Amino acid sequence: MNKPQLQRNWLKDIRSAYDTVVIGSGLAGMTSANLLAKLGHKVLLAEHHYNLGGMATWFKRKGGHIMDISLHGFPCGMIKTLRKYWSQDISNRVIQLKNVRFDNPQFSVNTSFDKLDFSHILKERFGILKEVIDEFFQTARGMNFYDDIVMTTRELFEKYFPGRTDVWRFLMEPITYANGSTLDDPAITYGIVFSNFMDKGVFTYQGGTDHLIKEMKKELLQNGVDIRTHCMVEKIYVEDKTVQGVRINGQDIACKSVLSNSNIMTTIEQLVGEEKFGPEYIKDVKNVRLNNSSCQVYMGVKKGEKIPHVGDLLFSSEAEEYCTEKILSKDITSRTFSFYYPEIRPGTDRYSIVSSTNARYEDWANLSEKEYLRDKNDLEQTTLNALEKYVPDIRKKIDHIEASTPKTFKRYTLHPSGTSFGTKFEGLKVSRDLPKQINGLFHAGSVGIIMSGWLGAANYGVIVANETDKFLRQRSPSLVTA
Amino acid sequence: MTIDEVRQIILNILEDIAPDEDISSIDDNTKLRDQIDLDSMDFLDIVMELRKRFNIEVPEKDYEHLATLAGCITYLQPLLKDRLAAS
Repeated sequence: MNKPQLQRNWLKDIRSAYDTVVIGSGLAGMTSANLLAKLGHKVLLAEHHYNLGGMATWFKRKGGHIMDISLHGFPCGMIKTLRKYWSQDISNRVIQLKNVRFDNPQFSVNTSFDKLDFSHILKERFGILKEVIDEFFQTARGMNFYDDIVMTTRELFEKYFPGRTDVWRFLMEPITYANGSTLDDPAITYGIVFSNFMDKGVFTYQGGTDHLIKEMKKELLQNGVDIRTHCMVEKIYVEDKTVQGVRINGQDIACKSVLSNSNIMTTIEQLVGEEKFGPEYIKDVKNVRLNNSSCQVYMGVKKGEKIPHVGDLLFSSEAEEYCTEKILSKDITSRTFSFYYPEIRPGTDRYSIVSSTNARYEDWANLSEKEYLRDKNDLEQTTLNALEKYVPDIRKKIDHIEASTPKTFKRYTLHPSGTSFGTKFEGLKVSRDLPKQINGLFHAGSVGIIMSGWLGAANYGVIVANETDKFLRQRSPSLVTA
Repeated sequence: MTIDEVRQIILNILEDIAPDEDISSIDDNTKLRDQIDLDSMDFLDIVMELRKRFNIEVPEKDYEHLATLAGCITYLQPLLKDRLAAS
């Protein structure tokens, strides 16, 4: 396999010039590529990995196992996004996950994870007054992009549920797993994502990530996007503050615009080079904090073995209270279990379980190989121990287990420090301001939390594709501006 | 282009963006988002469709003009007229 791969020209049959080169095929990159092609532009989608999807990915293992990396659940808004920017058929495959479960020393609760059920639980289980619940929901819903961002999520919770760390945990824990945000991030990063989920609940894609990405690839090709995998973009050429082209696998390709779905910092510092930007902008860039990364444990259930329906998503923890520091620490007991039942891939009778924990890159990056393997094994075993409580005899039911760490995420996504949620809030401004620095250079990808997750990433791809389209058409003399 | 023609153009766009909504019952002077389920992404789609179909660019500061159907018509009629003259 290795030898022909080295000799193969992965850029075969490409055009000599493009309207847009999209760097990276995460959900933002793919969605923007698809939309730009539909709008009539010549688009090249370059992906360094052999699969499309970015973090929306999967892998297969011997024994018929398919593991989904990030198909944990998304808000119902994804139905509309898939219909509008992909296809009705893709959108029709979205189904609801009805059983979200919490289990920790403070409470054990099952919920359909929507506003009605949450309001009920907050009132009956946590004893919160109806008026307070309604006002809280209204405040969260009312938050938008342009708001004052001074208030933190902690302050928001303190205002409505003072001292009620159990309620905080109920409201916060799922969102921490959804987008990596913490109590100390701006409340808007919480409010928007929380409200999106509360709208109607949590949804998933029937057919699994592999099916979704396969369907998306078909759409892209149908719409005329040139897709090239194994293609590493090494450089974005900029002259006179304007994009000229890119270098991919050592080959120069001219283009009028670049839409980077690579990490924002990588785009600026490595692909373009700091010297091409204004000093004030670079100052902002230097202040962007990366979000944390993740560890996952993938467990494949033996063929013929069944596991009972213990929930679709299970937020499990042994920690006394929700705590940002603890949730990132290596000896974490807070995990999200995603249970994939046969319904996710109709026609199969297979089950898999993926455990996710938030993690810090530095806790894993500096270990010797021996320590790294030891810690990975430890992660697998402690995860199984925790799962035993919900699925007795889990060790007998599975015939495959493996773990990924922030180092794994870095290897496959090339994101600095393996960040699995992009950057903190300040990254959004840097991403939005990129085209003001360099004509024809755009970025879409996980920045500022609200643009993260499947829905956020896809929608951000649309927002930026709109700007790229505007840029490309402004070069045409027939545009009438109001 | 007559007011009715402009109106029809906008309704056609809305119908594509929100196929599940009853477009025919839209009142001209009530905010669109109070009558049909439109979010900010849908408004972005309207802007993109205008650019795609008529090469009309609506700057962000003018988005407010698109809040009602009547507002859309008043704002777009002169632009569509120019568009036709230019093409």
